[in-house]
Amino acid sequence: MNEGFLKRYSFNIAANDFMSAGKGSSSIKNILKSMGIDATVIRKIAIVSYEAEMNIVIHSLGGELHCDLYDNKIIILSEDAGPGIEDLNLALTEGYSTAPESIRELGFGAGMGLPNMMKYSDDFKITTGRDGTVIKITFLM
Amino acid sequence: MKIKDIAKVLNAEILTDFSSEGTDIQYGFASDLMSDVLAYANSESLLVTGLNNAQVIRTAEMMDMDTVLFVRGKKPCKEVLELARENSVTVLATEYTMFKTCGMLVLSGMRGIESDE
Repeated sequence: MNEGFLKRYSFNIAANDFMSAGKGSSSIKNILKSMGIDATVIRKIAIVSYEAEMNIVIHSLGGELHCDLYDNKIIILSEDAGPGIEDLNLALTEGYSTAPESIRELGFGAGMGLPNMMKYSDDFKITTGRDGTVIKITFLM
Repeated sequence: MKIKDIAKVLNAEILTDFSSEGTDIQYGFASDLMSDVLAYANSESLLVTGLNNAQVIRTAEMMDMDTVLFVRGKKPCKEVLELARENSVTVLATEYTMFKTCGMLVLSGMRGIESDE
């Protein structure tokens, strides 16, 4: 299962910290840049990790964002501490959002987070429950 | 369009102090919704927005967009400008509204990304 695994980079993401939100994704972007990965691929990964990071900040009690490097793929893994997504099918629908008005005023909560992640990735897996939501997004190299 | 031409047309202030002379922008994308920027914009476009917080700069950074134009007289705070400098994002601010800003940019030759592609 871990065939070809090279390295993991991990970032703690705090709930409701909107000034720091994006730092993890920014670090991931810089790491990938320093590895000389194609700019178009980096942009896709950056968008997806940023959406995942914003979801942790907006909707969860906090969590972690991981970037796992393999010899033939890169996986962004988002793990949060709950409370989980009530209706996953609805959450995967473009335009559906449970974000309150205060979040919409920040420019998010348009219901595009999960659809954007699916759009830009090669594989998208999500599991959710009261203990947390885990999203695994794969980019083939 | 060069940054200095955009500034001239919109009577806009350039709020970052590093050189952006080499920047030449053909396309514009206007939105207050950052998720829509992440979904639809491209890296060659100017980000025009009335939203005024750190997430605008973070969004530009993730998209490789190197210029942000704040409309409706919005001036970003010191921390947001610092984040822009760190990421080499040029920041402009105009008093004009979003609609008027976009109209003036289009009249000056800037194009929207979807209708032209």
